[in-house]
Amino acid sequence: MRFIFKTSYEQDIRLFKHGGQVFWYALLALLLVSAPWWTSEYVMSQLQFILIYAIVGFGLMMLVGFTGQISLGHAAFLAVGAYTEALMQAAGVPFVVSISCSALFAGVVGIIVGLPALRLKGIYLAIATIAFNVIIEEIVTRWDSLTGGNSGKHLKAIDLFGWKMESDGQFFAVCLVLAVLACLACVNLLRSPTGRAFVAIRDSEISASCMGVNLAWYKTLAFAFSAALTGVAGALYAHKVSFISPEQFTLLVSIELVTIVILGGVGFLHGAVLGSAFLIVLPQLISIAKDYLPAGLAPSGLQAVVFGSVLVAFIIFEPLGLYGRWLKVRTWFELFPFYRRGMFRRQRTYTKSERLR
Amino acid sequence: MSGAFFAVDNIGIRFGGVVAVDGVSFSVDKGECFTIIGPNGAGKTTIFNLIGLIYPATSGTITFEGKVLNGLPPHRVAAQGIARTFQNIELFEHASVLQNLLIGRHRHRRTGLWEELLFLPSVRRAEIEMREAVEEVIEFLDLAKYRDSVVAGLPYGVRKVVELARALATKPKLLLLDEPSSGLNPEETDDMAFWIEDIKKVLGITVLMVEHDMNLVSRVSDRVLALNEGKPIAEGTPAEVQSHPAVVEAYLGGAEQVS
Amino acid sequence: MLQLLLAGTAQGCVYALVALGFVLIYKATETVNFAQGDLMMLGAFFAFTASVALGWPYWATIVFALAVMAVVGMAVERIVLRPVLGYPQFTVVMITIGVGYVMRGIVTMVPGWGTDTYQIRTPFADEVWKLGGLVVPVQQAAVIVMTMALCAVLYLFFSRTRIGIAMQATSQNQLAAYYMGIPVRRVNNLIWGISAAVAAFAGILLAPVTFVHSNMGFIGLKAFPAAVVGGFGSVPGAVVGGLIIGLVEALAGFYLPEGWKDIAAYVVVLAVLLVKPSGIFGETIRKKV
Repeated sequence: MRFIFKTSYEQDIRLFKHGGQVFWYALLALLLVSAPWWTSEYVMSQLQFILIYAIVGFGLMMLVGFTGQISLGHAAFLAVGAYTEALMQAAGVPFVVSISCSALFAGVVGIIVGLPALRLKGIYLAIATIAFNVIIEEIVTRWDSLTGGNSGKHLKAIDLFGWKMESDGQFFAVCLVLAVLACLACVNLLRSPTGRAFVAIRDSEISASCMGVNLAWYKTLAFAFSAALTGVAGALYAHKVSFISPEQFTLLVSIELVTIVILGGVGFLHGAVLGSAFLIVLPQLISIAKDYLPAGLAPSGLQAVVFGSVLVAFIIFEPLGLYGRWLKVRTWFELFPFYRRGMFRRQRTYTKSERLR
Repeated sequence: MSGAFFAVDNIGIRFGGVVAVDGVSFSVDKGECFTIIGPNGAGKTTIFNLIGLIYPATSGTITFEGKVLNGLPPHRVAAQGIARTFQNIELFEHASVLQNLLIGRHRHRRTGLWEELLFLPSVRRAEIEMREAVEEVIEFLDLAKYRDSVVAGLPYGVRKVVELARALATKPKLLLLDEPSSGLNPEETDDMAFWIEDIKKVLGITVLMVEHDMNLVSRVSDRVLALNEGKPIAEGTPAEVQSHPAVVEAYLGGAEQVS
Repeated sequence: MLQLLLAGTAQGCVYALVALGFVLIYKATETVNFAQGDLMMLGAFFAFTASVALGWPYWATIVFALAVMAVVGMAVERIVLRPVLGYPQFTVVMITIGVGYVMRGIVTMVPGWGTDTYQIRTPFADEVWKLGGLVVPVQQAAVIVMTMALCAVLYLFFSRTRIGIAMQATSQNQLAAYYMGIPVRRVNNLIWGISAAVAAFAGILLAPVTFVHSNMGFIGLKAFPAAVVGGFGSVPGAVVGGLIIGLVEALAGFYLPEGWKDIAAYVVVLAVLLVKPSGIFGETIRKKV
């Protein structure tokens, strides 16, 4: 068991709490950086997807997990980022500028989508975000002079200061760098007053505002930040699939993005990565399982059944998500043999009216 | 009422047809402890909500250090130097005690968004300053052993103290306490009384309190205002108000006499 | 023009029914059921099976589908929602989304259903009445009439029966409802059964228009704007909201350029949310601190 004896405020503020953490994260960094050399092309491709969705996960986690707002329309920000990148690349804009613009425009759209959040809570906010998603998707489809409508847009490989990122490894490096930067941005926000303001809004809006937290400003900021990160992911996604069209950004996609956060563990940044990994790996497992299906059952529905069942099962049995399960396992080992079964159990609550929150 | 440290002038609010507060005026001098008492439903917490600008008053003005507060958004109230606690404890349940108190320091924050994203040294310094300020409050209220505990698991008495600590962390000039002793046992109420006295004398913070516990009221308050059904019925020292016939009638229905 | 309004009203009735289904659940448990559309789809499939595989007449298939779906609804509540009683609203919404996925997947996997599109034969298909200059497809008239009948029944149920009032109580404060001796869990269960049956009814009414296929539940998404416009938690609100959305869509499809019809419902709901989130019949409640 590890006891951390704190002797300075620095220790609380630092990113890594103790030497063990430094070791493990360094190992992870080493594995990831060297990945292009020892993984197969297929694994590399999946890793790229995981990193891209992890960035979305970070953004969504900040909004849903830490600020307590709901967004079932994040695919809209993904679309804004993707199309901005596509259009700017076609216009010859350098990558660094185009991806910053993806973040910027997505952030602006995020501010607009966040406007209802200032007055709406819970399910009303969810419906508003759904409405935005559908409307933006329709705009992208109809405005075909700009976006190519249903015929979509093609993208070429990233051109970073003249250095064409044609190979898988190079694209992976770009994704990795951006994912790490996104993670750092989130972590930095969380350990500073802004992050605390987010948490305050999540837990009690009224007392947050009495403590001087400007609700409107911080809610808008949360939406904008979340949208900007998703926009960056959208730009990367566009390059990854190299062909984008409106059907890739529907409400169903938004729901999948939210499941990243839920499966990973709401309220933990690690959950974004874990959830993203799970979401990418799951279809592979399902494809394998399809071969074992009894004859007569059409395999095409299996994906939906498994996805839905996993979601339901996680919410019922593991509400803290994958990271929560990891915490329990780790605590079991740390406290061995003193782990008690009820340690992470939430206090039994009775449903009180959400209208009175 | 100008020149008073904090004054409420003819304030009132109606919710539809219900007049919750009707023509209440009082002023609070700097450094004193002013208590509002009254039976349940008299409008005491509503007045706090009016002062905190959570509800907009339908009539009357609220002045603090000469400045009129009406019309400000709620988050600007803290910037003025007014802090409050809540009757039903509105703490940030999923955060630790330390983080709750740090949020209390929010109005003193000096760093902007971009500095925080990059976590520049200026942010680090500001963080350490906030922690030092918050430690003073923790020491003052003996919360050291709960510093890193998540609020959701703490006992009720401790949470009431954390609520007080969070309000103190904002470094207020005026502190609004909404039923600080409700739900506390006699020992905890004793502690609360000592702390309120210390807050007044040592920290020099003016206290405006709503309270039911008459012992606490007599011990700690300089002046008392009694309300009934949204209207003021008596004002004066604790002894004066407690023996005032209108107050007795409001609490006891007028049939008996308090000897 | 009247023709258009009639079509819009008929479509609006279907939205109203789906919205009604989940307003029922919301009123009782404050759960927002994103799987309502999929319940509707499942009900339509059961009716189709009864009609084709078992060869039953139309009215019998309705009863069959309603009964089966009531059981399905109660089963869903018992298995999936009972364990998460007390969880925050958003989590429960996600669980219902998961249930929706499972239902769609299962329907696709069942042999004989799959991903094909089917048709239910109704007694009034293709007949039309002529009233004045108005051509009234009997189908549409039937939808409207049957919807109104169901609404009347449900209204009486909630306002006059003890169970109905008990359901309203559990929606507002579960703990207090327990104390009052209301069998909260059984009440919730029953509500889900009723709501699923209403959804099945909507599915059967919708089947002649959209045909029966595994994705027909997505129409259910439009029921959310309907419920919001009418006021969440209000039964008459759901009906009025559904009608409004149906009419707006019909008008948008005719007068506005292409594409507006699909998003008309969402534009309306955004407008309502920004102006009066509680909707037409909704109630505004504030928290008392």
